[in-house]
Amino acid sequence: MNDKLVIKGIEFKSRLWVGTGKYKDFEETARAIEASGADVVTVAVRRTNIFDSKSENLLDYIDPKKYRILPNTAGCYTMEDALRYARLARETGVSDLIKLEVIGDEKTLFPDVCATLQATEILAKEGFIVLPYINDDPVMAQRLVDAGASAVMPLAAPIGSGLGIRNPYNIKIILGQAVVPVIVDAGVGTASDVAVAMELGCDAVLLNTAIAGAGDPIAMAEAMKHAVMAGRLAYKAGRIPRKLYATASSPIEGML
Amino acid sequence: MKLMINGNETESGNNLTVSGLLEDLGIEPAGVAVEVNMNIIKKCDYERHALKDGDAVEIVNFVGGG
Repeated sequence: MNDKLVIKGIEFKSRLWVGTGKYKDFEETARAIEASGADVVTVAVRRTNIFDSKSENLLDYIDPKKYRILPNTAGCYTMEDALRYARLARETGVSDLIKLEVIGDEKTLFPDVCATLQATEILAKEGFIVLPYINDDPVMAQRLVDAGASAVMPLAAPIGSGLGIRNPYNIKIILGQAVVPVIVDAGVGTASDVAVAMELGCDAVLLNTAIAGAGDPIAMAEAMKHAVMAGRLAYKAGRIPRKLYATASSPIEGML
Repeated sequence: MKLMINGNETESGNNLTVSGLLEDLGIEPAGVAVEVNMNIIKKCDYERHALKDGDAVEIVNFVGGG
């Protein structure tokens, strides 16, 4: 059974995508990613340390030949900044994918939807494979698809909050109408949150803090790997309907 | 000449290209992107793009992020 996630002709091995932020060191990052089974890893674009050329580089630990690198525009608060970071990311020659984030508010890190929409349109025209981070807003998801997004990435909850899926019904509506993959991005806290997202029918889950911030990141990475697989299988299997009252599992017939 | 590199004012010799600057800094061109005065310089142009006094250069690479 081929159940691979495909975006713009790119086939992905895993439905778990992971970030590389907040780890103790690069070695722990590499071990956690390995344990998660993810083949997409997100990275941020930042100034190179020009005073210490011997300092270690993330890509020395995360081999771009083995993992698909997904640069983000994290930290950008304007459309112009997001475009600048996206273009710089592509110029490194590692990836045409871009996880587009245009942040609208410092406290919640919720997206600036207007700027995200404009940036999506421009970057898609420039040939980027644009994966925008958005609210769990079905109307916005549709607008982004119309603007050229190759997938939509609604948040489960605020970035780094660990609150899990706050509005499964909106995610379900997005899934019902979307003609592109839907990847839940941000806000999951533990394995059950990931399983819920996959059981709803999401195409993948992208997370960072839930692994990097766990007591044992390597063990949590493995838990997430299983959660994605379990959730996906359950979704494909088709769950039973919810009912208010009991239905006996054992037959009445033959009772004494 | 004076260059502003990643926000730091530095003094460099004249006749410096982007390639030369990266070499002086000990930075491998693979895996970085370079902007001069807000314009991205393509890797194939590093050898011939001459830097001028007062240029603002940004050199970026990937770091951990979510």
